[in-house]
Amino acid sequence: MSRESRGHGREPVVMDEVDRQLVLATQNGLPLVSRPYATLGEQLGIAATDVMARLARMLETGVVRRIGAVPNHYAIGYAANGMSVWDVADERVDELGPAVGGLEFVTHCYRRPRALPAWPYNLFAMVHGRDRQEVEAKVAAIRELLGEACRGHEILYSSRILKKTGLRLAG
Amino acid sequence: MDDTDRAIINALQGGFPLSEEPYREVAAGLGLSEAELIARLERMLKDKILTRFGPMFQVERMGGAFVLAALAVPEERFDAVAEQVNALPEVAHNYRREHVLNMWFVLATETPEGIARAVDRIEAVTGLKVHAFPKEREYFVEMRLKA
Repeated sequence: MSRESRGHGREPVVMDEVDRQLVLATQNGLPLVSRPYATLGEQLGIAATDVMARLARMLETGVVRRIGAVPNHYAIGYAANGMSVWDVADERVDELGPAVGGLEFVTHCYRRPRALPAWPYNLFAMVHGRDRQEVEAKVAAIRELLGEACRGHEILYSSRILKKTGLRLAG
Repeated sequence: MDDTDRAIINALQGGFPLSEEPYREVAAGLGLSEAELIARLERMLKDKILTRFGPMFQVERMGGAFVLAALAVPEERFDAVAEQVNALPEVAHNYRREHVLNMWFVLATETPEGIARAVDRIEAVTGLKVHAFPKEREYFVEMRLKA
């Protein structure tokens, strides 16, 4: 499967009121009970099969990326979390971005606007490692991949999670 | 955290089943009972080994917006500013990073206009300039790390 993300550049998905209620009911997490979709269905006044069908559609359209667990990086041993930022020649970035994103250790990779003069970087790639040495080795591999198109880079290590709640729609 | 916890985390970073008894299905694949799987998930959420468990929404696909932004916060005000920024429900996550731009957060809002309002609000309460880095292209996103 391609590592290029689904859903980019497409029109937003039309969601009805029940879909919206389903988002509100699950944004804090899935119920930890034997039949979670039936529990959600009871809350929303719909059948469990309808809950599953709606979630399946959201997965298909990219409204939901996946259903699963989000580990705390630090807790599972990834002590070093580096946001690597790169100044890549504009005419090369769309060719090289997917290649950087295709490296198995890159979890997020985006093109973003520069904020000159202070911020010359237009490519962001998140790299995680057991320690900084591991992150640096991975960043060196990105540097090599970018070659002459790279005019500079930095690694911004995270030193503290200040908040991590994910999306919160107002009820 | 033991090997069973690790196996659960690795198994649940993939697609969770859309079936009547999904925990039973996942538990069977791991050689666990459904009750044990649920109890371990409860504990890992409580101990913050997991930050969440459930559907991961992509707000842009619903017509909303998701923007990375940064502040250069004077060191002596860092904790106070973190509190001011985190108080906004639009702030989905926030990290301290080692750089002049030392606070990096993601704003997620139901409408694109919500981003500008949140930026204005943060600038008003902190008196600091918000540097917004909206994504222009997404090359890859998949938050999976082997535990």
